[in-house]
Amino acid sequence: MLRVDVEKQLGEFSLHATFTSEGRVTGLFGASGAGKSSLINMIAGLVHPDRGTIVIDGETVDDTAAGIHVPTYRRRIGYVFQDARLFPHLSVAQNLDYGRRMNRLPSDPAQHRRIIDLLDIGALQDRRPGKLSGGERQRVALGRALLSRPRLLLLDEPLGALDEGRKLEILPYLVRLRDEANVPMVYVSHDVAELRQLATQIVMLKQGRVTSFGGVKVLS
Amino acid sequence: MLDISAAEWTAILLSLRVAVIATLVATPFGIALAWLLARKDFWGKSMLDALVHLPLVLPPVVTGYLLLLTFGRRGLVGAFLADYLGIVFAFRWTGAALACGVMAFPLLVRPMRLSIEAIDRRLEQAAETLGAAPWKVFFTVTLPLALPGVLAGMVLGFAKAIGEFGATITFVSNIPGETQTISSAIYSLIQTPDGDAAAGRLVIVSIVLAIGALIAAEWFARRATARLHGN
Repeated sequence: MLRVDVEKQLGEFSLHATFTSEGRVTGLFGASGAGKSSLINMIAGLVHPDRGTIVIDGETVDDTAAGIHVPTYRRRIGYVFQDARLFPHLSVAQNLDYGRRMNRLPSDPAQHRRIIDLLDIGALQDRRPGKLSGGERQRVALGRALLSRPRLLLLDEPLGALDEGRKLEILPYLVRLRDEANVPMVYVSHDVAELRQLATQIVMLKQGRVTSFGGVKVLS
Repeated sequence: MLDISAAEWTAILLSLRVAVIATLVATPFGIALAWLLARKDFWGKSMLDALVHLPLVLPPVVTGYLLLLTFGRRGLVGAFLADYLGIVFAFRWTGAALACGVMAFPLLVRPMRLSIEAIDRRLEQAAETLGAAPWKVFFTVTLPLALPGVLAGMVLGFAKAIGEFGATITFVSNIPGETQTISSAIYSLIQTPDGDAAAGRLVIVSIVLAIGALIAAEWFARRATARLHGN
C-alpha cells in the first residue's frame, strides 16, 4: 500500500498531491510538467517534500511535521529510470547483483534465475552496458531494480526513450512482471495506451494537482 | 649504454623514493580535496582552491622557505612533530618528500577533480535507489569511474615530484645520499669543472622519466573516456 499526501513548491510551480493506492500498478498519468517526476522522486526520497507524509507498506518514510525523512538507500524501493542508468564500469551480471550486495542480502539463485528468465537477459550477462541496445538496457535496468528485492518498484517513463518498435518489445515484459513478480509498482507515463495495458489504478495529475483517481476508465 | 656511477644511482634512487612516497601520501588527500572541490559548495571554497594552486604560481624558493619556517626544526609545526612524534623533516629525505608533495599537489588534484566532475551524478542516484549508503556509492561508483583520472593525477604528480628542485633545495638543502635528488645533483654537477658528462647522463634519465610519465597520463586519460562510455 502507498499513501501520499505532499506539497512542494518548485519555483513558480506548486505540487500538491494526495492519493492512496492499493493497486498492483498505480499509473501516474499527466502531460509533461504536470509534476509526475517530482512526485515519483519524492516517493523515492530523492526530493524532499515541503510538507506532508509518504507511507510505503505501513512505514512512514516522510513526515515533515515529525521531522522524518528516510534516506533513499533505506527505503527498499526499486527505481527504473527513463535512461536505464546502468553502471558503465560493471558488466551486466555485476549490475544485476549490485542491489543485493549493497543490501547485504543472501543470494537466492532461484529468484535470480526466475527474474533473468522473465526478462530474457541471460545471454547478456558478460556484456558491458555500452554494448547493449536501448531495449536490452531497459530490461537489465528492470532486472537490476527487481533483484534488490524492493517492496515497491518505481518506473519513470521506462519506455520514454525507446522508439515504437522497442516499446512493443518491452511492454510484454512489463505485463509479465505485473502478473508474476509480486512487487507493487508506480508507473509514470504520459502515454494512455501504455497505461491501459499495465495500470490497475490511475492517478491523473494536471498542473501539480490530482484531478482524478480510480480505475483505468478515468483515462477515457 | 649509459655508464651511470654509484653516486648518480644514489641520486636517481633517492629521487624515485622521494617521488613515490610524496605521490602515495598526497593521493588520499588529493582525492578527498578533488571530491570536495568538485561536489561541495561551502564558504571559502575559492580560497581553498587558490591555496591548493599556490605552489604552482609562487616562486619555488618561497614555498621552500615557507616550509622551512613551518616544518623546520624550530618551525611551529616542525618543533611539535619532532618533540612529540619524533618526525623530523629538516635536512632529511622525508623533508624532500614533503616539499615535492606540496609542489606536486596542484597537478595531482586537477585531473582527479576533472574526472569526478565528469561523472554522471544520476548514476550515483541510481546506486542510492539500489540501497547503497553514500560512502558505498563513493567506493563502488564514484571512485571506480574516476579511477583513470586519479591515476593520471598520480602520474602527473609523480613526474612533478621527481623533477622538483627549488622548494626542495631551499627546505632540505643538497646533501648527497640524504636530500640530493636528480635535480640537485645536476645542479651541483654543472657547477663543478668536470661534471658535464655526469650531468648529461642525469639529464637523459630525467627526460626519459618525464616522457614516460606524460605517455602514461595520456593513456589513462584515454581509458577514462572509454570507461565513461561503458566499453
